[in-house]
Amino acid sequence: MNDTKRMQLRPGVWLRWVQTEKFKSSFLSLNLMAPLKEETAAANALLPSVLRRGSVGHPDMQRITAALDNLYGGMIEPVVRKKGETQCVGFVTSFLDDAFTPDRSKTLEPMAALLGELLLHPVLERGVFSAEYVTGELENLQSRIAAQINDKRRYAMQRLAAVMCEGEAFGVDRLGSAESAAAITPEGLWRRYRELLCECEIELFYCGSAPLERVCQALNCALKDLPEGNDRTQPDCEVRLHAPREPRLAEEAMNVTQGKLAMGFRTGGVTVWEQEYPALLMLNAIFGGTTMSKLFMNVREKLSLCYYASSMLEKMKGLLMVSSGIEFEKYRQARDEILRQLEAVRQGEIEPGELEGARRIVISALMTTLDAQDQMEEFWLGQAAAGLDTGIDWLARQLEAVTKEQVVKVAHSMELDTIYFLKGQEG
Amino acid sequence: MEQRTFPGLGERMEHQMLENGLDIFVFPKPGFQKCFAFFAAHYGGMDTRFCLDGQWIDSPAGVAHFLEHKMFDTEQGNALQDLAENGASPNAFTGNSITGYYFESTQHFEENLRTLLSFVSIPWFTQESVDKEQGIIGQEIGMIEDDPDWVVFMNLMKELYAHHPVRASVAGTVESISHITAQTLYTCHKAFYAPSNMVLCVAGDVDAQRVCSIAGEILPKQPGSIAQRDYGAKEPPRAVGDYVEAEMEVSAPLFQLGFKGEEELRGPKGQRQEMLGDLACEMLLGNSTPLYAELYQKGLINQSFSYGYESDPGCAFLMAGGESPDPKAVRQAVLEEARRLAREGLDEALWQQVKKGVYGIKVQGLNSFEHLCINQAQDFFRGCDYLDFAALFDQITREEVQNLLQGWVTQERCSLSVVRPRKEGGQ
Repeated sequence: MNDTKRMQLRPGVWLRWVQTEKFKSSFLSLNLMAPLKEETAAANALLPSVLRRGSVGHPDMQRITAALDNLYGGMIEPVVRKKGETQCVGFVTSFLDDAFTPDRSKTLEPMAALLGELLLHPVLERGVFSAEYVTGELENLQSRIAAQINDKRRYAMQRLAAVMCEGEAFGVDRLGSAESAAAITPEGLWRRYRELLCECEIELFYCGSAPLERVCQALNCALKDLPEGNDRTQPDCEVRLHAPREPRLAEEAMNVTQGKLAMGFRTGGVTVWEQEYPALLMLNAIFGGTTMSKLFMNVREKLSLCYYASSMLEKMKGLLMVSSGIEFEKYRQARDEILRQLEAVRQGEIEPGELEGARRIVISALMTTLDAQDQMEEFWLGQAAAGLDTGIDWLARQLEAVTKEQVVKVAHSMELDTIYFLKGQEG
Repeated sequence: MEQRTFPGLGERMEHQMLENGLDIFVFPKPGFQKCFAFFAAHYGGMDTRFCLDGQWIDSPAGVAHFLEHKMFDTEQGNALQDLAENGASPNAFTGNSITGYYFESTQHFEENLRTLLSFVSIPWFTQESVDKEQGIIGQEIGMIEDDPDWVVFMNLMKELYAHHPVRASVAGTVESISHITAQTLYTCHKAFYAPSNMVLCVAGDVDAQRVCSIAGEILPKQPGSIAQRDYGAKEPPRAVGDYVEAEMEVSAPLFQLGFKGEEELRGPKGQRQEMLGDLACEMLLGNSTPLYAELYQKGLINQSFSYGYESDPGCAFLMAGGESPDPKAVRQAVLEEARRLAREGLDEALWQQVKKGVYGIKVQGLNSFEHLCINQAQDFFRGCDYLDFAALFDQITREEVQNLLQGWVTQERCSLSVVRPRKEGGQ
C-alpha cells in the first residue's frame, strides 16, 4: 500500500508525499497556484518555459540536458494546468529512482536542487529575464495558442468552454489569449514572476521510495531562497447554478471533412464539494463517460450518428460537457439524440448492468490512479486546488454506495447551457 | 515454466509455450492494483498478399484493421461491452505488422482474460455487421485524413519507399474497404490468428500458472498453419524522392524528415539495430546535442520536435519532425551535422552522457505495463526478449553508432515531407 501524508513546509508551501517502491522512477512536482485571469494567464503560462531555459548554475538548455542525462534520463517539464479557476504553473520532474541507478548514485537531492535552482535563480539581464529567452519562449507560446486549432476535437471543447463561460474566469484558456500574450515584455514578465513567488500558494508533490524526512530536507534545502510571502492565498472557484433560459448557440465553419458537436451543461451546483458528487461521477459514466455509456452504445453504435460521442466533467466548476464528431447534415439528429439519452437517465431508464458496469469502471479508473505516478500527482493537485484532503480510497467507498435514485436525481439538475457546432465550409 | 530474472531492472519474466504453439509471457508485479493482458497476432496492415492452403490471395488494403474492429463481435453480442461491464478498459490497435487486443483491469482478471482469449480466437461475422462497419471505419478514415500529423507521415513513407507496403495506410481507403466481405474476414482470421502466430503477454499481480491453464482451456488445441506473406521486391537503398508538400488547415508548417535505412534485422541483432538507431538520433539531433541547441535557438524547431528509429519487416528508417517555419533549413543543418560527425567522430563525453540518459529512460519506461507487454510481443515476433536491452546496452560502442550514422544519414537516403498552411481561406 502507498503511505501518504500532507504537510506544510512553511506558510503556504505544501508537500504531498507518497511513499512506494512500485516504480522505477521518482516523481517530483512544484506548482504555483495562481488565480485564472485574462490579464495574467498568458504571462503565467509563459513563465515556467522561460525558467526552464536556464539558471545561473545551468545557463542554457544544453547544460540542463546534460545534468538530466547524468541523472539517468531525468526529465523536468514546464506545465500549465487549469483546475477549476486555478491556473497551476510550474514543473513536473521524473527521474530514475535511486534503487535502479547502476552506480547506486542518489538522484532525489540533485533533482530537487535543480528544480529549486530553475525556479529561483534564472539567468538575468539588467535585472530581469533574458530578452532572448523571453522572446523565444513567447513565440513558442504564441504558436501553441495558434496551434490549438489543429486538433479539432479539443478545439471544439475549448471553444465550448469559452462561449459557455464568457465573463467567468473559467472561460479563459489555460494558455491565455493571443492578445494578452502579445503584450508580454521581459520587464512585465519579471514583475509577474516576483508577484507569483510571493503571493501564490505552492504545491509540491513527491512519489518514490524516499522517506518523508529525506524529501522534506531535500526540498527545504532546494527552496531556501524562496521569498517569505506571509499571506499566500488560494484562488476561489465561482459556481453558477443555472443555465440561461434559452441555450446559447455558436457555430463556426472550417475546411474539415468531419463536423464537431459539443454541448455544455451546468450541473445545478453539484460539484466536488457536494455530497452528491459521487452520484454526479456515476451519472457522467452512465451518460457518456465510458464505452458502455448511453452515448457510446446508442448514438455511436446503434444509430451510427457519430464517430465518437463522450462526456466529461469539470468537477470544481460544475460542468458536464459532451464531445462528438458527426457528419454535418446529422447535426439536428445527433443533438436531439444526445438530449434524448440524458432524458432517458432522468426517466430512470438505467439497467442494473449499466449502473454496476459504470460503477466498476469509475472505481477501477480511480484505483489504477494508484499505479501511475503522474496520475497520482494529477489527482492530488486537483484535491489541493479544491482544498480537499480526502484520498482515492475514500472516494471509491462513496461510489460503492451510490444508488440509481441518486443518479436520477442528479440528472434532473443538469441544464443545457451552450451548443457549439464546428461545420464545413459551403458544401 | 521457464523463469528469467533481470536483477538490475527489478523484473522477472515467466515463459511457457503451450502445446498449440502459443507463447505466453508473464511479468509478475506485486503491489499493483491493475493487471494488463495483451493478446496479439503477427499480422498487420502490411500483410495484404499471402498464401493460404496453397493459394495466393490479394486482400484489400485495410483488412487487418477492419478485422480488428469486427473481432469484438461475438455470437452473443459484443466483447467490448462484456469487458467494460466487468470493469475492464479494453482496446485494440493495428500496426503494420501486428494486431493487438488488450485490457487493463483491477478486478475479475481471470474472467476478463477468458473473454479476451475467446473473442479473439472465435470469429463471428455477418454481412450486415460488415456493411455497417464500413460506415464507421469510413468515418475514421475521414478523421485521420484531416489529421496533419498523419498526412505528413504518410507522405514521407511514399517519398522514401518505392513499393514497400509501409507506403499504404493501415486503415486502407474508403474505396479499398468497400471490397471487404464477411468471407474476407474469415479468410484472414484463418490465415493469421492461429495460436502459433500469436503471443500473450500479461503484467500484474497474477499467477503465471493460472494464466497458462486458462489459455490452454480456451484456445484451440491445434497450432494451425501460418500463411506465407509477400512484401514485394527488396527496396533500393535510395529514397524515391527528396521532397513532398501538401497544404492543410494548420497554423504553422509541419515536417517529417526521414532517412531510409537497411532493412530490419531479426532476433537480438534487430534489437541492437533499434538501439543503435535510437542512439544515432540522440547523438545527431537529440536534445543534448549542439545541433538541437542551434536549431532551437534559431527558432527552426520548437517543443513539438521529436525523433526516433522505426522499423517493420523489410524496412527501417530514422525520422525527425515537428513544426518549423523553414523545414528545408532543418534538413540542410541535419545533413551538414551528419557530414561533420562523419569527419570528426562522435564526442566521447557526450556519448557517455547520452548513453546514461537513454538507459535511464528505457528503465523508467518499464513503469508502464502496456509498454512492457507490447514491446515484448513485438520483440518476440522478431525473435528476442525485450528486457535483454539492459545487457545489450552495455556492449554498444560509439563506433557502431557512428557507422550507422555514416551509412544512413546521407542526401540520397533522405526525404522531407511538409504540410503547409493553406494560402487562402485559412483562419
